[in-house]
Amino acid sequence: MFNGFLYAVVGVLLLLSALKDRKKTQMALKKAYKSLLKNLTMMATIMTLMGIVLTVVNPQFISQLFGAESGLYGIALGLGLGSVSFMPSFIAFPLGASLLESGAGYPQVAGFISSLMGVGFMSYSMESQYFGAKAAILRNGIALVASIVFVLVVGGVM
Amino acid sequence: MDKVKELLNKYKWLMAVVAGLLALSVFNPAQGKQATLYTLSNFKSVGMVLPPIFILIGLLDVWVPKETMVKFMGQRSGFVGGLIAVFIGAVGAGPLYVAFPIAALLIKKGARLAYVFLFLGAWTSVKLPIFMFEWASFGATFTLIHVVSSMTVYTLGAFFMEAFLSRETKDMIVERSQAM
Repeated sequence: MFNGFLYAVVGVLLLLSALKDRKKTQMALKKAYKSLLKNLTMMATIMTLMGIVLTVVNPQFISQLFGAESGLYGIALGLGLGSVSFMPSFIAFPLGASLLESGAGYPQVAGFISSLMGVGFMSYSMESQYFGAKAAILRNGIALVASIVFVLVVGGVM
Repeated sequence: MDKVKELLNKYKWLMAVVAGLLALSVFNPAQGKQATLYTLSNFKSVGMVLPPIFILIGLLDVWVPKETMVKFMGQRSGFVGGLIAVFIGAVGAGPLYVAFPIAALLIKKGARLAYVFLFLGAWTSVKLPIFMFEWASFGATFTLIHVVSSMTVYTLGAFFMEAFLSRETKDMIVERSQAM
């Protein structure tokens, strides 16, 4: 549904652009194509790596590892697993919900979900190509801090 | 010969992971099949968002003059700049690595570095399509705490990064964004 929205918006913008200035629109498309090609190798690498890692660190494996873990160990596990693994949200959220069902607490799941979304070991190579190692490490560190703060607040409130 | 070297260098990681996938398929066919399925599904879902996102990058690149970007997201754009950064991050679609080329475009056009980091922060925590899904999976309290706590840390973090990174690092980031 959201993809449809994205395509519609970009389609309309492209049409408006073409109506206003053909040449500029051609240039935009050329740039889009070039930039896509430039990024494709790195993205394909990440996507393939993600497929392999997700097969080993799969939802079942994570559930088993977590068990009914609800202590500090579970929090560390959640943050660690979330940082190293990389899965789309349509797999991660149902997994988080099933972890809750099997006895893990909200803080543990919070750590897992938040670090999954923000800390990216696998996209690090690409991030450092754009921003350099220092900024990439720093941003991932801040994402980890954000995850820890989220865990603490959830632990305090829920 | 140099050309071959260049190609090898460019594709070495891709070749390494594809070799890994093949090795897994040989030694453990069941897992190899699963990994291939996951990889294909990644290509499908990410492949769907790449064309519109890159066309958008191309359109913004030709149509938005540098002055406009500087005015709305530059050093002196103030609160509005931050708000726009969060908005773009929230409506974006796709995994984090799709956000990097967009971030590069913002930098190239003169957006303030802190706002670009804020954009990345928003991309990883308040994306609208994911927000609704998160709400349905974990409830309102969990989701709202996630958004508020992350945005607080990412806002502070964005300004911290801008202050902490050296002049040379920032120049390097700007320089790399020109080549995107």
